[in-house]
Amino acid sequence: MPVGAGHAHVLYRDANSPVHRLPPEVKIAAMVAFTVAVVATPRAAFWAIGAYALLVAVVAALARVSLPWLLTRSAIELPFVLFAFALPFIGAGERVEALGMSLSVEGLHGAWNILAKGTLGVWASLLLAATTTTRDLIVGLDRLRCPQIITQIATFMLRYLDVLVGEARRMRVARISRGDDPRFLWQLRGFAAGIGTLFLRAFERGERVYLAMLSRGYTGRMPAVWQGAGAATTGQWLIGATVPLLAGTVAATAVVLT
Amino acid sequence: MIQDVPSTTPSLDVRGVRYAYPDGHVALHGVDLTVARGERVALLGPNGAGKTTLVLHLNGILTATEGSITVGGLAVEADRARLAEIRRRVGIVFQDPDDQLFLPTVAEDVAFGPANLGLRGADLAARVDEALAAVGMSAQRDRAPHHLSFGQRRRVAVATVLAMRPEILVLDEPSSNLDPAARRELATILRALPVTLLMVTHDLPYAFELCDRSVILDAGRIVADGPTADLLGDEELLARHRLELPYPFSPVRK
Repeated sequence: MPVGAGHAHVLYRDANSPVHRLPPEVKIAAMVAFTVAVVATPRAAFWAIGAYALLVAVVAALARVSLPWLLTRSAIELPFVLFAFALPFIGAGERVEALGMSLSVEGLHGAWNILAKGTLGVWASLLLAATTTTRDLIVGLDRLRCPQIITQIATFMLRYLDVLVGEARRMRVARISRGDDPRFLWQLRGFAAGIGTLFLRAFERGERVYLAMLSRGYTGRMPAVWQGAGAATTGQWLIGATVPLLAGTVAATAVVLT
Repeated sequence: MIQDVPSTTPSLDVRGVRYAYPDGHVALHGVDLTVARGERVALLGPNGAGKTTLVLHLNGILTATEGSITVGGLAVEADRARLAEIRRRVGIVFQDPDDQLFLPTVAEDVAFGPANLGLRGADLAARVDEALAAVGMSAQRDRAPHHLSFGQRRRVAVATVLAMRPEILVLDEPSSNLDPAARRELATILRALPVTLLMVTHDLPYAFELCDRSVILDAGRIVADGPTADLLGDEELLARHRLELPYPFSPVRK
């Protein structure tokens, strides 16, 4: 059963590739294992980073995800790696001259380390997001024995996000219709009050949803309805393991060589 | 969809139910109501009459301060196993389908109730198919509830309780927020269901269309009980309980 039907998110690229067809739990496990291998690599092993980038490129090609898309979406990491750009200037120890600036060698290594590993991690996550619907992500986490409370919260968020956004939008239209025009920070009173109202409504809705669940025999645990169907086979696990295994080999070699 | 219940037992028997909220406000002042098997009854009343409070008693969400309720001969008691069976027998369709449909796809939501009853695999899938077919929503089984129209969502909400094969279907304001066509489609579906029906509403024409018998609940008491046409014909009775027919409507069967 295509459990994910109708649950595309902004990052999801609809296609029918071998990567799309892999069960979500395999892709999640592969993504995490790959990232761990990348992080464990000594920072001086530049060739290893190149090998990882090559792996990402191969998977992207298999998943029919274009490189420009991958590169533009990587911009998300910018706020997190800004600190890396400061490292060469504030780092201590031996310094080199480049473009008329005195830069710390230690800092340059540090910046490269954060930037390269961060980017590889973001790419791996983007590939997972581009090939897996939100619904499948939750199903995958569930099959990986992620605590049910977390998957349940994620499921509710997935279901009610649109309802809440719709409510917020209607409240905003009603506010604007009565002449509210918050252009400046000090005019945000109406907006702030709206947030409060929205919270109360969400709270009340939560109570009604819970009553409706009780009425259908809910006893505090979600019945495992479809988890059994379509879980990954050994073959699929093996296919999914190729990328993290290769990455692991690269990491191990890099550790031995340095 | 009704099974294992001797046909002479009423689907619902409410005897002298009194209920006071924890703050002391008395919502029900001794309600008596019997609904025979296969009957379709409208529960009419103005806002604040205690209609929803009464509905929440029927499946043991609220517990009566006094009085008793039996569903298909089984008394509503606060015992865990008993409550599970009562909640199977009483299918409540709440007013806002967004409260009822909380899972990401229609099929998963319809499966929630029967899965709580312990059904799995092929049996469960068959239940889901049966319930969705009964409300004409089979084609939408893999869609997300928030991508459906309001009328479709209400029909799926009906399917979520039909999948539990209830003894009695209780609908809270089933016609609210529906456009005229969706309202008519829902009426057609409800009329075709082989199940006892209790419909809470203040949409009097809808009650007239679907239910031969109506009861009026006001200020926590049943104040009238009789053929819908008789009740709706009594203008003074309706006015006394803040109920009104839409202006051009005349309660005469064609």
